[in-house]
Amino acid sequence: MDTSLTVKLRILADAAKYDASCASSGAPKRAAGREGLGSTTGAGICHAYTPDGRCVSLLKILMTNVCLFDCAYCINRRSSNVRRARFSVDEIVNVTVEFYKRNYIEGLFLSSGIIRSPDYTMEQMMLVAKRLRRDEGFAGYIHLKTIPEASPWLIEQAGLWADRLSVNVELPSSQSLRRLAPEKDSASIRTAMGQMSERISEAKAERRRFAPAGQSTQIIVGADDTTDEGVLAMSAGLYDGFRLNRVYYSAFSPIPAASPVLPIKPPQLIRENRLYQADWLLRHYGFTVPEIVAGGAGGMLDLEIDPKLAWALKHRERYPVDVNSAERELLLRVPGLGKRAVDRIVAARRWTTLRLADVARLTAGLKRARPFLIAADHRPVGLTDRLDLRARLVTPPRQLSLF
Amino acid sequence: MASHHVVLSRGADLAGFRRAVRALLAASAVPDDVEWSAEGAGLFGSEALPDGPPVALPRAVGELISHVVCHSDPERYALLFALVWRIQMGERSLLEVASDPLVHRLALMDKAVRRDLHKMHAFLRFRRADEEAGAERFTAWFEPDHFILEAAAPFFVDRFRRMRWSILTPMGSAHWDGSELAFGPSGRRADAPPTDAFEASWRGYYESTFNPARLNPAAMRGEMPRKYWRNMPETAAIPALIRSASSRVEDMLQREAAMPTKRDPQKAVAAMANQDPETLDALNRIIAAAEPFVHGGTRAVLGEGPVGAPLAFVGEQPGDQEDVQGRPFVGPAGQLLDRAMAEAGVDRSRSYVTNAVKHFKFEQRGKRRLHQTPTAGEVKHYRWWLIRELEFVQPRLVVALGATAVLALAGKALPIGRSRGSAQFLDGFAGFITVHPSYLLRLPDEAAKREAYAAFVADLVQIHALAASGDGRTLSAAE
Repeated sequence: MDTSLTVKLRILADAAKYDASCASSGAPKRAAGREGLGSTTGAGICHAYTPDGRCVSLLKILMTNVCLFDCAYCINRRSSNVRRARFSVDEIVNVTVEFYKRNYIEGLFLSSGIIRSPDYTMEQMMLVAKRLRRDEGFAGYIHLKTIPEASPWLIEQAGLWADRLSVNVELPSSQSLRRLAPEKDSASIRTAMGQMSERISEAKAERRRFAPAGQSTQIIVGADDTTDEGVLAMSAGLYDGFRLNRVYYSAFSPIPAASPVLPIKPPQLIRENRLYQADWLLRHYGFTVPEIVAGGAGGMLDLEIDPKLAWALKHRERYPVDVNSAERELLLRVPGLGKRAVDRIVAARRWTTLRLADVARLTAGLKRARPFLIAADHRPVGLTDRLDLRARLVTPPRQLSLF
Repeated sequence: MASHHVVLSRGADLAGFRRAVRALLAASAVPDDVEWSAEGAGLFGSEALPDGPPVALPRAVGELISHVVCHSDPERYALLFALVWRIQMGERSLLEVASDPLVHRLALMDKAVRRDLHKMHAFLRFRRADEEAGAERFTAWFEPDHFILEAAAPFFVDRFRRMRWSILTPMGSAHWDGSELAFGPSGRRADAPPTDAFEASWRGYYESTFNPARLNPAAMRGEMPRKYWRNMPETAAIPALIRSASSRVEDMLQREAAMPTKRDPQKAVAAMANQDPETLDALNRIIAAAEPFVHGGTRAVLGEGPVGAPLAFVGEQPGDQEDVQGRPFVGPAGQLLDRAMAEAGVDRSRSYVTNAVKHFKFEQRGKRRLHQTPTAGEVKHYRWWLIRELEFVQPRLVVALGATAVLALAGKALPIGRSRGSAQFLDGFAGFITVHPSYLLRLPDEAAKREAYAAFVADLVQIHALAASGDGRTLSAAE
């Protein structure tokens, strides 16, 4: 690959890395035929991990980092002095195919700065996807970032080529968006999400192919002063209203070219992690936003302990729970027991009576679960009520950041 | 002392294990009586037991076995046989008892093999070294922990079917020539090409996608343990990335927010707002260039008629003839519409005629292209264009011909029979609902056909009057 292209790739990968999503999951299983290239397995594959611990699954790049928008949190805003570059359609197609053939990636995640107009930009991005599918017979994963300001018919077209579509809500309140991203507006973002949501579920019902891996979005955390409660309420609304597959939380991260409007600070990585845990409770454990937030204080989650443990410590009267007889929903509320562990418990106890050593074989989280559980040979006498229980269960947070 | 000695071949000998299980169960052997060896040439023990009848096992057990035989633990066959034996002895649901020590141990082995497979699919890197004939050829060197080459290979066949490739491992090799998968003896690292033309740019990508402000090498090592690094070209960048991370972040935090060095492109920013097509022609160019939302359609058949036409007729979709000629309503249904319009005194050349769906959706049956009704979702894909089209034309009255047009214009399915007549469509259009002319063609009975045709002409007469009498909007609102 020639050097100028390598330089461009560096610039346009650097420009794209603040988008948290790199997932390649959710696409139906498929494989290209004899003439095509690529497959999807349904689960997604991480082909490498960078030293930030994040997965490299898709070739995540911008078509260009030239942008007419001026979003304060974004390194590519028009007032930033960052070095600019632009890929041609052919260049992106070529890099994607050659990387794919070497098994570096699962596919392409294409986004772009806005050049000329949202419509023009969206058309160019779609041209990449179309060329990959049409001319290269590419059956790998394609995630297209949808530009909500583009004309609605372009959003309709994008779903024909992409496995996943996403529009970033970016900031958790429309006031923040107005202040920090003057060219964006939350109404048009929601309109685009609603449009995609409808088409995706219609196509699913009619067994047609339209963005089969669904849609996702990203919320930047820590750029404004929205509380965790505000962030989670927004997520819950998005999951309900638009049947999103995922909401990604991205701790606002220092960028090399900060805006005077938005001073940079160290990223709130632990907060981001707690939000992901809370998001999980919301989607898979039957928790509501008020319940989750009640575990913390002032609308913020407890940074020291995970939100499920925080909730349990404030509701000790509900514990201990008998591992041999409690309902599934109750077991799901036991700290340290994940969804799969609960499934295993429920299956195993049909055939046997579980002792503590058995539970240890069913979950890796026994240390946290113990004070909240009754097993055949175990009662947490007094443990559940101990005042220092919290201190005993707090593990010093893992080194998540430099600070 | 063990009374049975089973020797299976090196690696994952699933066939040998199956045969041994059948024979041992037929011979009423118990786990303690069997000694397993996995280093043989594939001979079935010193004392060859006769094959036994097939053993029925739950599907999940079969899957577990197929993974665990790949594990490198020499005890794997003994553990699996103990599991099969207990199931045969009556513990049919043993696998559900995940707390059982044996099941737990096998589950861990299963997980280890799956992880190894997953990591091989993820971390293997091909390098290109073309053969003399100039045909592309890719080779990879990989070192799995377990005997997974054969289990891992189908993934690469599915994914890289049109390529020719080899995967070399210390435990055997796999070769794909574009049509057949072959397994061969183990390879050496030196047999794979030393580098690849794309590795430098791949490493550049890897370095650039790393965010130093989120440094977390422990999480990286958890998912990508060091043992894999030496066969992954990008990992050479890791030490420097970790070393420089803190100073890069410090630098970002210390740096003053800079004022933009380029002037603000205000004109270009303002011009973004003018992306909407400004004329019907411009819109039609967009429609013509777009991809069909239905299967079949070879080209977009655009609306026809003057902007400002008092009447706009919306049909379902172009048919075979329309697709061939590239014009709406020119086939049999179109001819019938022409006739009825003429009888009702409606001038087609002064009307706007279009379709809800712009492409011919059909299924090829031999030489015939069979019309297929577009689904509700497909109609919605097209709806933006239809509405924009009508906004350019600004007709006094929009006539929905048939159910698909009603769906597009009213936003919901309505029974034609009961809704026939004036209607209010979405987006403020005054509307009129009637049948699609192709409905008249499909009626089998001549008398019914005549009657329906007369009713259709009567509708057109009414439509003509509505459009001629002034503003269709007020009219339909008054009704």
